[in-house]
Amino acid sequence: MADQEITLMKGNEAIAHAAIRCGCDGYFGYPITPQSEVLETLAAEKPWETTGMVVLQAESEVSSINMVYGGASTGKKVMTSSSSPGISLMQEGISYMAGAELPALIVDVMRGGPGLGTIQPSQSDYFQACKGGGHGDYHLIVLAPASVQEMADFVDLAFTLAFRYRNPAMILADGAIGQMMEKVVLPPFKPRRTEEEIIKECPWATTGRVGGRKPNIITSLELRSEEMEVINLRIQAKYREIEEKEVRFEEFMLDDADYAIVAFGSAARIAKKSIEIARSQGIKVGLLRPITLWPFPTKEVQKLAERVKGILSLEINAGQMVEDIRLAVEGKVPVRHFGRLGGIIPDPDEVVDALKRSF
Amino acid sequence: MTEEIIIAGFGGQGVLSMGKILAYAGLMEGKEVTWMPAYGPEQRGGTANVTVIVSDDPVSSPILSSYDTAIVLNQPSLEKFEPKVKPGGTIIYDGYGISEPPTRPDINIYRIDAMDAAAEMNLIKTFNMIVLGGLLKIHPVVKIESVLAALRKTLPERHHHLIPKNEEAIRKGMEIIKKL
Repeated sequence: MADQEITLMKGNEAIAHAAIRCGCDGYFGYPITPQSEVLETLAAEKPWETTGMVVLQAESEVSSINMVYGGASTGKKVMTSSSSPGISLMQEGISYMAGAELPALIVDVMRGGPGLGTIQPSQSDYFQACKGGGHGDYHLIVLAPASVQEMADFVDLAFTLAFRYRNPAMILADGAIGQMMEKVVLPPFKPRRTEEEIIKECPWATTGRVGGRKPNIITSLELRSEEMEVINLRIQAKYREIEEKEVRFEEFMLDDADYAIVAFGSAARIAKKSIEIARSQGIKVGLLRPITLWPFPTKEVQKLAERVKGILSLEINAGQMVEDIRLAVEGKVPVRHFGRLGGIIPDPDEVVDALKRSF
Repeated sequence: MTEEIIIAGFGGQGVLSMGKILAYAGLMEGKEVTWMPAYGPEQRGGTANVTVIVSDDPVSSPILSSYDTAIVLNQPSLEKFEPKVKPGGTIIYDGYGISEPPTRPDINIYRIDAMDAAAEMNLIKTFNMIVLGGLLKIHPVVKIESVLAALRKTLPERHHHLIPKNEEAIRKGMEIIKKL
């Protein structure tokens, strides 16, 4: 079956193909390394001639995210992608979408910062992705792919979760996952939803007052504080439900482990190799890989703290997720961090050394 | 079987495409593969390298501390990657690009005069395929048929008439690689 063909491609290319195949209605973006292949692949594939998907290079990231806001308001499946500095430019729009409860997909293929930083891989935007990033009490649903296959698979998953909870979702990848090529089986084609399907699935959307229904208003503005608190409480209740139902993670060699590494994305791939090396030296270590960074697998980390002697947070940053691990562990076992900065990726031997130094 | 390979040289030497064809050939044999470039602003004349892993098992880290095989096509790459070859591993270098050859006694050292051969054959653009041929001679990571199939798959149709030239280059590489 042609749909099931195994192929070799970059993570960024997989995002683009998966977007077309999952029935995405529109992509709005602005090129930036290391994710430019998303827009390039979409331009090469010309989905506007096949599925009717709109692909638009906007004049800036600020425009891109506001086009996403507009598209999402009409119930369309819309997305953007960028890398760290570009995602910073989008924060106002992302906060507005969280406030207006709009479903959309934002892909962040992280590079080293701060500022313009470097074009090399990094995971230094964990805080920005998971703790709000823009202003106001809000969360994105954050998925962290660790392979090209997951880059492809998480596009549909992100849209599904975004629409289920009327909340923007983010795929938080990094330059390594974006640029590397691996085997991938692309998801099967799903047609774009019809106008009728959108009206049915998104009764809140600005789809036109068919049948004389009351106007739908999409806004994040509410000047009456009492009303604004009610909105906030409703959004917070939604977040609690997401925390309850949507935590995703992977465990690797944890059954007999004395120590655990917690790592996401490409760091989790490095961790697996480090675990092979450490185990060959008699160190029993396993991996907990959060797949959803928000909601964070707090309960799983708590359980881990009951059975291991120490936890190493391996991140390609100066120590961000380690704070969530420490909150979950509540001081029961030592929690250490290891990472490299500025676009340097730690190699597996370094991680084993860090593990030995830490405990 | 897992083969962890680094290919390094100047941008424009076909380092990344050689790695891609190798990875694609592995894929066509049903193997697990990763292709991880050191991407950057480098273009022709800068340094370029790519880590290719071909394995029967799922690949854990696409980024490695050490390699089974290093293919080095210029001096800076040799200096960077010779120390990172696993003991008992292999280094392959191009005689034209390297003025000070590798010296480690605990690894297998092969020389391939691919640049000279490419010039002689008047097929300068197949330099990387000559090198790939050399690799496949000493480490048959993938079959030559799979490489040709990978070329058919990855090259645009308008370049398919060049596949026989590429095959010629691969066979030349198999012929001229020599152990030191």
